[in-house]
Amino acid sequence: MTRKQRRLYFVLLGMLALGGATALVLTAISDTLVYFYTPSQMAGQAIGPGRRLRVGGLVEQGSVVKDKANVAFTITDLTATLPVTYTGVLPDLFREGQGVVAEGRLERDGVFHASEVLAKHDEKYMPKEVADALKKSGRWQEGEGTKQ
Amino acid sequence: MIPETGQFALILALLVALTQAIVPMVGAARRDTAQMALAGPAALTQLALVAIAFAALMTCYVTSDFSVLNVVQNSHTDKPLLYKIAGVWGNHEGSMLLWVLILALYGASVALFGGNLPPALKARALSVQAMIAVGFLLFILFTSNPFLRADPAPMNGNGLNPLLQDPGLAFHPPFLYLGYVGFSMAFSFAIAALIEGRVDAAWARWVRPWTLAAWCALTLGIAMGSWWAYYTLGWGGWWYWDPVENASFMPWLAGTALLHSAIVVEKRDALRGWTILLSILTFSLSLLGTFLVRSGILTSVHSFASDPARGVFVLALLGLVTGGSLTLFALRAGRLQGGGLFAPISREGALLLNNVLLATAAGTVLLGTLYPLFADAFDMGKLSVGPPFFNAVFLPLMVPLVLVMAVGPFLAWKRGDLAGALGRLKFVFLLSLAIALAAWLIEGGTASPLWAAGGIGLAAWLGLGTLLDWADRVRLWQAALASLPQRVARMPRAAHGMTLAHLGMAITIAGITGSTAWKSEHIQVMRIGDEVTVAGYRLTLDSVVDDLPGPNYSASRAQFTARRGDRVIAVLHPEKRLYRTPPRPTTQAAIHTNLFGDLYVVIGEADGGGYVTRLYYNPLAPWIFMGAVVMVLGGLVSLSDRRFRIGAPKRAAALATGKA
Repeated sequence: MTRKQRRLYFVLLGMLALGGATALVLTAISDTLVYFYTPSQMAGQAIGPGRRLRVGGLVEQGSVVKDKANVAFTITDLTATLPVTYTGVLPDLFREGQGVVAEGRLERDGVFHASEVLAKHDEKYMPKEVADALKKSGRWQEGEGTKQ
Repeated sequence: MIPETGQFALILALLVALTQAIVPMVGAARRDTAQMALAGPAALTQLALVAIAFAALMTCYVTSDFSVLNVVQNSHTDKPLLYKIAGVWGNHEGSMLLWVLILALYGASVALFGGNLPPALKARALSVQAMIAVGFLLFILFTSNPFLRADPAPMNGNGLNPLLQDPGLAFHPPFLYLGYVGFSMAFSFAIAALIEGRVDAAWARWVRPWTLAAWCALTLGIAMGSWWAYYTLGWGGWWYWDPVENASFMPWLAGTALLHSAIVVEKRDALRGWTILLSILTFSLSLLGTFLVRSGILTSVHSFASDPARGVFVLALLGLVTGGSLTLFALRAGRLQGGGLFAPISREGALLLNNVLLATAAGTVLLGTLYPLFADAFDMGKLSVGPPFFNAVFLPLMVPLVLVMAVGPFLAWKRGDLAGALGRLKFVFLLSLAIALAAWLIEGGTASPLWAAGGIGLAAWLGLGTLLDWADRVRLWQAALASLPQRVARMPRAAHGMTLAHLGMAITIAGITGSTAWKSEHIQVMRIGDEVTVAGYRLTLDSVVDDLPGPNYSASRAQFTARRGDRVIAVLHPEKRLYRTPPRPTTQAAIHTNLFGDLYVVIGEADGGGYVTRLYYNPLAPWIFMGAVVMVLGGLVSLSDRRFRIGAPKRAAALATGKA
């Protein structure tokens, strides 16, 4: 095998791997990307049921209803609201008035069926997406958060 | 006084690093031995100064000096001593100081143990190390100074994020950094070699031990983080393709590739340019990881900071290091032409395939990790790329990798015999099929997913193939059994290391497959005395005691008894804790393991006279972490190979003996 042949082999191998990876990425990305919406964005947009997405906002005060492992609550960005249901154990940091992100699907009845509820948090007790959304809707007081 | 000492030591360290960056580099160009020789003592002095700064910060934490802002923000007098010490790096500023400390540690080890290096290479490598140190010391001093004072000093501090108050904090970050930062060695040697215009087998021998050490530390660091997540998050998740996890995983993938390509350079003097490029990319990915985690661009327990100045600084540093080194590579790579020739079917060919697949995998992880950031930056909407993407893209790339991993060691250097190798593996193949089928049937046949059988089959293929290769090498069957220990001892340690590392990978694959495919999960409300059956274990909730005092929290502690038939297997005590400062709840799962699976018990909130409980059985979950430990053991065994210490030093000798 000459140097030239080997180089050709390298290039072919590299192209094959890259091509394969590109094909995998292209097929996967359209199905697996999960977009983030706030309740007001949801209200202004026709989102087909069955599409997997994330919604975020504050858990509305007094909206949490628990029935065994089933939970129903409303999230709000202080402009619009969205009813959410979830079955399972909520994260430790789930509280009324606190920011959450829920991942799941919007069903035909207009209720968001979450398969996951995240109360991940930074030091300000607020998911970044939610903080940005609140800033956008003009309801965010800098440095205040919701917890303090 | 102590914080000022620390600050002063850091400034001195910056000046020493500046000197170390410039003088030896100039000296190496001028062939001035005195100037080159400055690198060693400078590296040691730099370590001493950074260590003083680190010790100063630790003193502030241990004595709860609330006149220091960093201590106020992250500590509290109630905090147990372990977390006062480990809490030093449980925040942005302190963790950056740890980063620089470890960087200085590696530099000093080259100065101490690099006696056999050619003076010019050593001087240049230490100079490049110092340049990195200058960047990070400037970063600390200007944007993340841990020694800023708080005036007036408050009576007490804000405490440490309770999620971080776990023994894991003492080990996970230091090992992760030992890995991340350790790749700076390969980087510095690569840059030095590019400047020198000379990459050969001897170079690869000097670089390999450092890369191997960094790889071991990173593997252990990632495994510890994963295990920490597994027992602390309360749902048994050990990997979530979270951007911060990916940030540590990308350097691991690239570093693993580097480890293997360096072997080709050492043994066959081929793939030189590619190995240099990998060294640069691996460290760049480490820096990218630091940027992603430290810039506050991502939300997670790992991101402490959200000061834009810091993000811009690290990004600039990343651009400078990556851009600069790639430019140098582009200018000099032409000189690295040539090297040993080999056929596609050969040990080199298999290692190259390993490299291509690992690099592609790292690329796809990079894409998935950065895509949401770019989408956000270009206003394409907020989105997240989660486990479905990575599972769909990453796993298909790993399957051929693992398939080849078992075959590669059977191929000879230069030109291999694929048919012969596959012939040797015939029985391994059949046995793997049988194991996969058996696992599938035991776990319920059609009720169990088909890919799970595939995963177990892959693990068996890799594990058995690796064992067969080892048996071949020590001629297990050909010669007298009595001389076996001798033959095992005579085989190079690096070969044993490879066997262990590949076996570890097989164990981890089995663990990942089993715990993902056959996990049983039961979520329900249980009253005291209720019983739930999980994977054949009868679990009763015996009692729940509230308000148990801890050092800085109060806990509700439940007691579960696990029985198999009437035999008591284990008594488990999961807790729910409420910390005082900051006031936050955490979940402590209770785990009973029999090494083949974990019984995983979590107590939730009180609900109408009962408690929400989550009970899991995670089959083979312990294997995920045991496999990682075996991999690290393999790395350590390989690291102890005498070839890395004896024989490596002399470039001329290495050339004389040819392709030794």
